[in-house]
Amino acid sequence: MNNTAIIEIHNLTKYYGTLLAVNNISFEVKEGEFFGFLGPNGAGKTTTIRILTGIIKADSGSAFIKGFSAGSINAKQLSGVLPEMANAYTDLSGWDNLILMADLYGIPANKAKNRSEQLLESLGLLERKNSLVNTYSKGMKQRLILSMALISDPLVIFLDEPTSGLDVQSARMINTMLRNLNDQGKTIFLTTHDMDEANQLCDRVSIINKGKILAIDAPQKLRMAISSRHSVEVSFSDLISSEGLKQLPFVNEVRKTGDKYRLYGDSPGELVTQIVNYSSTLGLHIISLNILSPSLEDAFVALTEKEEHHV
Amino acid sequence: MSNIALLGQQIRRAMVIARKDIRIYYSKGPVIIFGVLFPVFLFLSFTIGRQMSVEFMISGLLSMILFFTATSISPIVVPWEAQAKTLERLMSSPLRIETIIAGDILASFAFGTAIVFVPVIIGIIMGITISNPVIFILAMILGSLCFASLGNVFSIPPTNLPSTVNMIAAVVKFPVVFISGIFIPLNELPLWGQVISYISPLTYLTDIARNCIQKQGYLPIALDFAAIIAFTVIFLVVAMNLHSRTMPKRI
Repeated sequence: MNNTAIIEIHNLTKYYGTLLAVNNISFEVKEGEFFGFLGPNGAGKTTTIRILTGIIKADSGSAFIKGFSAGSINAKQLSGVLPEMANAYTDLSGWDNLILMADLYGIPANKAKNRSEQLLESLGLLERKNSLVNTYSKGMKQRLILSMALISDPLVIFLDEPTSGLDVQSARMINTMLRNLNDQGKTIFLTTHDMDEANQLCDRVSIINKGKILAIDAPQKLRMAISSRHSVEVSFSDLISSEGLKQLPFVNEVRKTGDKYRLYGDSPGELVTQIVNYSSTLGLHIISLNILSPSLEDAFVALTEKEEHHV
Repeated sequence: MSNIALLGQQIRRAMVIARKDIRIYYSKGPVIIFGVLFPVFLFLSFTIGRQMSVEFMISGLLSMILFFTATSISPIVVPWEAQAKTLERLMSSPLRIETIIAGDILASFAFGTAIVFVPVIIGIIMGITISNPVIFILAMILGSLCFASLGNVFSIPPTNLPSTVNMIAAVVKFPVVFISGIFIPLNELPLWGQVISYISPLTYLTDIARNCIQKQGYLPIALDFAAIIAFTVIFLVVAMNLHSRTMPKRI
């Protein structure tokens, strides 16, 4: 990764009627960076990516891809895009879809064939290359769509929720491919709901809510920024009501996740003491007890909730 | 990249879109039914039992078939693609919206031009002669481009339901067929009928066909050509400009 900005966004604003979808956002993505764009549904992620990929136009502000205005032919030529709801042509084979994309990017026939074989092989689709796409599973379709986004060997790759709703194997294959691409120097702009995915893949993430950027930083730094969100995760031999846990001193919040309880507070040590005392008093047997650092998800929740309260 | 190089690049990519359209959409059953069989049966239902020459029938039939085939698929390709979620990918590819539209029009144009020779060959087998083949072929090519562009105009409203677009198209196409001198020659129409017929591009194509096949057109051929070219330019400009505005609203 170098320090040259390959994606530049300046004061971008987009309305849908009276709804402000993107509110005067500005940021840069460096060349070779793996950049995550996180936010709840309707936060403005897809609108931003659609402006950057030239599908829609901003009402004001500007965006550039390697110095070319976003949406221009030059900018599109440098970009590979995996749109959120995209589909391949189901009446064509996987191979024909790739060759079609190659033709649309003006890639010479020989190069297109080699590249298509390479991509299909690395994404586990080579054996089915001549099958019609309407016979593919969802995971196979998504892998094919990723191949279509990569056919031109783009400098910048935009991916809108690429692993959403996929089986574990397909999601893992796509994430491995993205990591390899980033290692080769490609810039990746990824929107996702999956905090683990963002945490594992991204150099930096931006959190957007209601069209506004709430934070941009490395995942680890964002987690550290909310150190008050330390938590202790505990499971007991018997089911209990979380109300009792909520009454304990030093506990700010309790969340039940499956058969476990997650207690949030400023001091994890005090939380552990309180839990142990509580279980002794009630004669409960502790099955597991873990002190957890704030996760990216915690940072995300804290930032977006803060914004909700602020509004 | 210079403007000329960019234009050349976009023309090549429009042809890629056209090839894709022909491959995916033009082999579907409804195209043959609504583009070819339907106008044939519609024409026969209005002509059987009436005293008409083969020349009159074939010239009207081929104009009508060209009109229906060239406007059969071009209106619904964009809504189809939006519905199938393939349009967003096209729009993010290095193409202008005008290129996508030009590709769709080219596909319709190629299909219409190819199909129109079916009634021509049938007519020749039935004994018709074409007095000026060059003018006739040129007219069919221009007519096909004109109707393909018109078809694309029908899909400008940003709905992703092909049935809605088909309804819009039908509302325009059927009246056009009846006012264009296909079933009743222009010279037999009342004055008000003639005035209305002049707003239909199909009138001019039918007149050229009558001129070449029946050897009796009603309007000067130069005027017919000028009208078809003017309609084509208008439809192309309208389709390109308005699709550029409405296509992003489909996503």
